[in-house]
Amino acid sequence: MKVHNTLATQTTRRIFATGAISVAAALALSACGGSASTAPTSEAAKPDLKAAGAGVITMWVDAERSPALKDITEKFKSDTGIEVKLVVKDFAAVRDDFITQVPTGQGPDLIVGPHDWIGKFVQNGVIAPVELGDKAGQFQDSSIKAMTYNGAVYGVPYAIENIALLRNTSIVDSKASTLDEVVANGKKAVAEGKATFPFLVGMDPKQGDPYHLYPLQSSMGSQVFGKNADGGYDAKQLLIGDAAGVEFAKKLAAWGDAGEKIINSNITGDIAKEKFIAGESPYFLTGPWNVPDVQKKGIKFAVDELPTAGGEPAQPFIGVNGFFISAKSANALATNEFVTNYLTSESAQDSMYTAGGRPPALKASFEKAASDPVVAAFGKIGSTGVPMPAIPEMSAVWADWGATELAIIKGQGDPAEAWTKMADSIKSKIGG
Amino acid sequence: MPKPDLRELPAPGGQPTPVEPSGTGARSGGTTRTNGTLRPAKPIRHPDSLKGTILKVVLLGLVDAFAVYVLMMLFLSQSWAALAVSALVVLAINWIYLRKGGLPAKYLAPGVLFLLVFQVLVVVFSGYIAFTNYGDGHNSTKEDAISAIQLTAQKRVPDSPAYKAAVLTKGNDFYMLFTDPAGKAQVGSTEQPLTDAPDAGKDSTGKANSLPGYQTLKFQEIVANQQEILKITVPVSADPADGTLRTADGSTAYQFKPALNYDAATDTFTDTDTGTEYRDNGKGAFADSKGETLATGWKIDVGMDNFVRAFTDPSLRGPLLGVILWTFTFSIASVALTFVMGLFLATTFNREDLRGKKAYRILMILPYAFPAFLSGLVWSGILNPEFGWLNQTLLGGANIGWLTDPVLAKISVLVVNVWLGFPYMFLVCTGALQSLPSEIDEAARMDGASAWRVFRSIKLPLLLVSVAPLLISSFAFNFNNFNVIYMLTGGGPRFADTDRDIGSTDILITLVYKVAFGQGTGRDYGLASALAIIIFIIVATISAISFKQTKALEDVN
Repeated sequence: MKVHNTLATQTTRRIFATGAISVAAALALSACGGSASTAPTSEAAKPDLKAAGAGVITMWVDAERSPALKDITEKFKSDTGIEVKLVVKDFAAVRDDFITQVPTGQGPDLIVGPHDWIGKFVQNGVIAPVELGDKAGQFQDSSIKAMTYNGAVYGVPYAIENIALLRNTSIVDSKASTLDEVVANGKKAVAEGKATFPFLVGMDPKQGDPYHLYPLQSSMGSQVFGKNADGGYDAKQLLIGDAAGVEFAKKLAAWGDAGEKIINSNITGDIAKEKFIAGESPYFLTGPWNVPDVQKKGIKFAVDELPTAGGEPAQPFIGVNGFFISAKSANALATNEFVTNYLTSESAQDSMYTAGGRPPALKASFEKAASDPVVAAFGKIGSTGVPMPAIPEMSAVWADWGATELAIIKGQGDPAEAWTKMADSIKSKIGG
Repeated sequence: MPKPDLRELPAPGGQPTPVEPSGTGARSGGTTRTNGTLRPAKPIRHPDSLKGTILKVVLLGLVDAFAVYVLMMLFLSQSWAALAVSALVVLAINWIYLRKGGLPAKYLAPGVLFLLVFQVLVVVFSGYIAFTNYGDGHNSTKEDAISAIQLTAQKRVPDSPAYKAAVLTKGNDFYMLFTDPAGKAQVGSTEQPLTDAPDAGKDSTGKANSLPGYQTLKFQEIVANQQEILKITVPVSADPADGTLRTADGSTAYQFKPALNYDAATDTFTDTDTGTEYRDNGKGAFADSKGETLATGWKIDVGMDNFVRAFTDPSLRGPLLGVILWTFTFSIASVALTFVMGLFLATTFNREDLRGKKAYRILMILPYAFPAFLSGLVWSGILNPEFGWLNQTLLGGANIGWLTDPVLAKISVLVVNVWLGFPYMFLVCTGALQSLPSEIDEAARMDGASAWRVFRSIKLPLLLVSVAPLLISSFAFNFNNFNVIYMLTGGGPRFADTDRDIGSTDILITLVYKVAFGQGTGRDYGLASALAIIIFIIVATISAISFKQTKALEDVN
């Protein structure tokens, strides 16, 4: 083992590169040579990071988060001399691109995304665990829990998201704790002509929306997966088809198109938002992402706790956004330094909040953000939530779950039968 | 590198050199008129014009400069195969353009090159993927999978302390200096278990950062040597069960213990708690005796498995036949309906005495001007059973599930596709009709043929000669008309008899998309490529047969 200030093998290559660049320059292409032209430095004092391939950390972000990271990356560069290159990618494609590109060695060192990508990332062997040590205690418990997979933490969280019940206070002025009361209030408002819809929740016309309906389901005691000893979801314990789940299915049919029409399969997320903003409904089951538009329209609203349908607490799924390190990062040490010691800082988490508006995962930053009552209310509801399952088996659940709920809401077939069939289908996919 | 001949450069001072008229760069070939007869001329080689030469030299120089840059980068990244291929391509390009003669090659080279890169390579690669199990869980090589499993198997020892760490060197070896929460300093390396270092120097925070006889590395030096430093595992004690200390960032260290141990000699992973052995199961994963596999697998060649699965997998077989039938129905009906409608409108608007013909024509072309996926989304809004414009306004509040009933959904998809597709046929037919000589029409009428008769026996056959190839390409397009289906119905409503997310309006290409990227059972690129190859075979066969038929049409005339 030799201590490299500049790696020996790199030196010859660098000489070659320099020669190559001068040839290239002679060929009127000097512009291409910039990255490799390294000035000779006092080797012992300032090792050549670029020659060791360590000069740059590449990070994939989406357009919204990119500006928020500018300050912290500049601080990192002035402290360590290492540049963090932010590559803006389309959010819809970034997960699959990461999975395909990491094995080729061309992937980034870092990526930003929601925690439920972890299962797929681990399955494909593309991310490395991150050890936060004592810093884990500075984050909200739920966020660390969400980032934990198979007993190890895989990402540094920065934001927590969950849904809540928005109430138009000029239509219904008091808070209700059960769904029955909510529905009664809503119906009363409709009867009095103050509203057109008693209750709003967006449904995808093709996939339904099990994510938004999950608090109602969990309040009836139905869960998707059981948990194993270390607190993670266990794919072998598929609980969705149990008696509580079937009860939920029956209720769903009763709330659906053929029943009370509380949940309407033809109301998409966009239609639901439009109707709430137009003041046509007292209630809207949604997340913080729709709040700015509601505020813009001047609707007076309150963020209510999720109503229970079956007596048990209505637990929403929480989604945690965070940073993940590539398993094949050539610059793993510097990346770890940046992730565990810079991105966990209060100022970094503050600026991510300012840019994205998602409640911060770091306790200190959250307390500051919680001066906004909306953030505080969403955060309080989130603390009762459960992490969205990140295990890869979950992807087999979503499609069946959504389609079955949609069919039940539309009143197609017997709800109990459809629900059991769905559970069997999911089971066979996970097993096979 | 070709050097421009200095003698040919314009004289300084900008005096235009007297040369032949421009635009005469390539003049070998062509025809010459001798003795009043036209015959192919022998290629006569003229000296290239100055402008042509300069242009050639500059362009080729730019290409070569770029190529040299690319070759350097490939050399530096040690991609030898790519380097060899690129070098050959560069040589071939230079040979083609620098030699005299071989004019066709000069014209064809760029096109052929792009064809190879953007078409052939992609097709060959999909063909290769079809014979592998590439997809979720089988993402890379076995080596990558093993190192990923080892990486994720490192678990922090429960309730173990967090250490502050500094990296030291002595001679050519790396050591780490740890400070435990109580402030005790210890030193160690991969070979040397943790030993107390009482004479370590400490900084203001109480972190030990120097040790006599050792040199402390600065952060930059740590980063420059990170590959070696990340590999350091310092045994906590002589007992391996206590685990090892590692650092991920060069300044903190934690006690880790692997949950799985890899033995390269037997190629097995052993669970350190239960002793379960995981072996290579031949399917690209490590599995124990009960068939339980470790999460990360690797890509292997599976031969014809994917093709066999496409036709035998019960969750795929049933729907696949339905989907193939519907794909044919959809594409044939789309072509037939758009053609009939386009032709009808073209004939109607082709009347000489029609007023405002231009305005009508522009209106007709509008649906063609919108992007298909946008129209798809708009139509899916229009057809919403409760809030859609069609049901609410036109049908007075009826609740008809245009996109949710299996039969109606198929009809809706077809109607929307006809709406999107007829302008193309209208344009094509208008063009073809206008190119028909009007004398034929007059002659037929003089002979007493009715308008219908003229159309059926004269215009239509003539029209088909020029339009038939376009009908075939339109068929191939609709066979893979992803946008309309995906944006309008997403393939739904779903079939009841399958576990997969396949529905009654799914065509083959949307099915392939769902298999490759869908949410259902994870991504499966191998199967998706196999299905794509099946689609290719179907479309290619039908196109080949149809083109033969078209030739027969031409012979008639």
